[in-house]
This record gives sequence, structure tokens and C-alpha cells, in this order.
Amino acid sequence: MVEIWDNYGLPMVWMILKIIAIVFPIMLSVAYLTLAERKVIGAMHLRKGPNVVGPFGLFQPLADGLKLFLKETIIPSGANRGVFILAPCVTFVLALIAWAVIPFDKGMVLSNINVGILYLFAISSLGVYGILMAGWASNSRYAFLGAMRSAAQMISYEVSMGLIIITVLLCVGSLNLSDIVMAQREMWFIVPLFPMGVIFFVSTLAETNRHPFDLPEAEAELVAGYNVEYSAMTFALFFLGEYANMILMSAMTSVLFLGGWLPPFNAIPFTWIPGPVWFALKIAFCLFIFIWVRATFPRYRYDQLMRLGWKIFLPLSLAAVAIVSGILVAFNLTPNHG
Amino acid sequence: MGFIEKNTRAILLIELAAGMALTLKYFFRRKVTVNYPYEKGPLSPRFRGEHALRRYPNGEERCIACKLCEAICPAQAIVIEAQPRDDGSRRTTRYDIDMTKCIYCGYCEEACPVDAIVEGPNFEFATETREELMYDKDKLLANGDQWETEIAERLRLNSPFR
Repeated sequence: MVEIWDNYGLPMVWMILKIIAIVFPIMLSVAYLTLAERKVIGAMHLRKGPNVVGPFGLFQPLADGLKLFLKETIIPSGANRGVFILAPCVTFVLALIAWAVIPFDKGMVLSNINVGILYLFAISSLGVYGILMAGWASNSRYAFLGAMRSAAQMISYEVSMGLIIITVLLCVGSLNLSDIVMAQREMWFIVPLFPMGVIFFVSTLAETNRHPFDLPEAEAELVAGYNVEYSAMTFALFFLGEYANMILMSAMTSVLFLGGWLPPFNAIPFTWIPGPVWFALKIAFCLFIFIWVRATFPRYRYDQLMRLGWKIFLPLSLAAVAIVSGILVAFNLTPNHG
Repeated sequence: MGFIEKNTRAILLIELAAGMALTLKYFFRRKVTVNYPYEKGPLSPRFRGEHALRRYPNGEERCIACKLCEAICPAQAIVIEAQPRDDGSRRTTRYDIDMTKCIYCGYCEEACPVDAIVEGPNFEFATETREELMYDKDKLLANGDQWETEIAERLRLNSPFR
């Protein structure tokens, strides 16, 4: 009995504690990301943003959450009940489980698997199912159109994202996320691979259905896209999932291009600050750009979106794979060579 | 702009960067938000708010029940009934405004020959029930008494233009 507890019970409790230690800060940052978005966009509109609930409006996300929690969940009579309820849960869960492989510091990772980046990529691709299920189960034309758009958009941009990840992997020689970060000790990949970094970031905008690629919920033509029929907690789960995905994509950008938990310079004042803080700062920076882009650009037209994905990003990232691997071979820079 | 220049600008994201720089500049600008219940914006002397019936300085009500306002009201929100008073002067016995019908056009104020009905500067008269918005003569006269200083000042400022 004691043996079972030592071999399985204790590690499980320890694991659950670690999961809580990751999920709780993420949920909190999702809540405050919504406030940050409203504040930042407000500032860019010369407004103050929410500032009434609590000091500087700091309790606004809690009030919003409470409001959504207390509202009634309405399920349309024509909807497929099971799938309708399942869809937001899928979106939400997928946004959270991807964090299992994200390294917060050297060795500070829930599951240090060797194919971390593939896992991450697979999870972010699965995200489209939640949206597709929502659009189909709602039995509403707007929701269905939104879901279709979302599916086409996410698949299109994943192609170029995958190719860009390949260019990074060529420079690292490993699929392990910790190894990817450690390979950037000398120089963050944003410096040698700058154009790839930009394309990757723009693709993450499309991947998370954010402005200027938020066609799935283009309110001008589709009312609200795939979540038209959702209300209260089911809507909240979609909302949380979308924002958690934003944070996840920012984390991915940080790991791949901004050197994860590494300080910008390996010098004394920078190394005093612990790795997780650097990582959080980089995520916050990416998120600020997410919001900044939203405040700046108008929405793409659908054919423009597809043209950008297939006729500009795909050739560019394909060319990048060829060029990067060419340079690595020509100058004998391939990692782990020999 | 030539083909090459146009495409170079597109590939280098020059226009996009310029747009982002603009929004970032505005991010640090002074904000124009008015914290409404605590701060209020300026109000024009011609602002058309809540109605009021005015009195002469000696306390006599101005309205002579000519019913021009009732006639001109495009929303037909005003109802007036009149009877000669005991001293022989013509006064209203009933002066009702349905504030839910009123469109705040200000025609009543313009039609009035004695500046009796005016639209004052008050715009914070929301109520919890519909009935409270059916104003009668007492309410309108009370408004007039409450806002007389402001109304007189507004009329003075506006007088060169009337």
C-alpha cells in the first residue's frame, strides 16, 4: 500500500499541485488581459478605459466574470445540445493543456518531452475543432459561416507557421522547447531570422482569430461569427479560451524567437532578474503588440486574407526554409554536426 | 508611385509600421475622457434640456394660455386647458407635457410670446417609472423656480440672436 502511494500517489499529488501552479496564474492573466486590452485600446483612442470598478478599474474583470457566471445559458432549440455544450469546453481545455510543455525557466517545465514543439503545434491546430463544432452545433447560418471561415483561415496559416518553425528547428537541431531556448544563448533567433519572426507573429494573429484577421467574428457581416448563439458561461469559456490562446501564442513566439526565459544580455544586471520574470515580460510584450495591432489596423477582406496566407506567406516561408538550410550547410553551421 | 517602390514598401511593412507608430504616439497623449458623474462637459446656452414654466419677478406665472406651444408641438406632447381666473386674467388650469413624447426640438420655447415655457439646462431627469415623466403644471412651475437663475442667464446670452 505504502509502495503504491510512493510510486503513484505522491507523484500524482505533486503533479496536480504543479498543474494548479500553472493554470491559476494563466487564468488570472487571462482575466487581466481583457482589462489590459480595454485599457490599451482606450489609451490609443485617447480614452481612459474602464476606471470605475475598484482602483484604476482593477476589479473590472472580476465583475465581468461574475456577470457572465450569473447569467442564464441559453441553448437554441435547433441546436445539437451535446456538441453545443462540448464546443466551448474543447476550446478552453485545448488552450490550457498546451502549457504542459512550455518551459518557464531552466528545468521549470511540467513535461519536458522531446517533441514539445510538435505537441504545441498539434494542440494549436486542434483548436479549430472547438470553433467548428460551435458553428455546426449552433444550427445558425452566421455561426456556421464564421466557423467555416475560421477553419479555412487557421489551416491556411498553419502551413506557413509550420514552415517557419522548421527554419527555427534547423538552427536548433532539436524539437525540445528547452533546447530551443538554450540554443538562443548567444543570440535570439529574432535577430538572424527577423523576417521569419514577423511572419510567424502575423500568422499567430490569424491563428488566434485576432485583428486584423478576426473574420470568423466579423460583426459587420456575421453578427458575431461562431459564438452568436452562445451566452453566459459557455460564451465565457470561448472568451477565456481565445485569450488563453493569445497568451499561449505569445509564449510560443517568445520561446521560438525571443529567447524564452533568457535575459537579453548575459551580463550582471540582467541576470539578477529570474528567468520566469523575463519570460513573463516577453509574453507581455507580445500581448501588447497583439492589442496594439488591434487598435491600429482595419479588418482584412476574406480574399485578401487568403491571398496573404497562400500567395505571400507560403512562398516566403518556403524560400526561407531553403535559404536558411542552404546557409547552414554552406557555412557548416548546422547544430550537432558530425 | 512606381511598381518597385510600391512593392518594396509593402514587403518592408513601411505603411503598417507608420500606422503603428501613430497609434503608439496617441497611446501617450493626454486623455480626453470626461469622468461624467464627477466632471461635466460645457453646455451651450442654447442647449435644450428639461422644460420649465417661468414666473415674473413678482411671482405671477408668465403663461397666458395662448396655446401656441401646444399648436406648434410636432410631437403633440403638450396639452393645455385654460379658464379666465377670478381677477379676469387668462391663465392655464392645466399644462401637461408628456416627456416621453417630447423630441426636444425647442419649438415651444420659440413660439412662446412671453418666454414662459423654456427648455432649461438640466438633462439629468431620468426616472425609474414612466409615470414620473408625465409632467404637469406644478412640476413645470417647480422646475422654473429651481432653475430660474440659469434660465435667465441663458436667455440673456441668447438675446442678441433672437
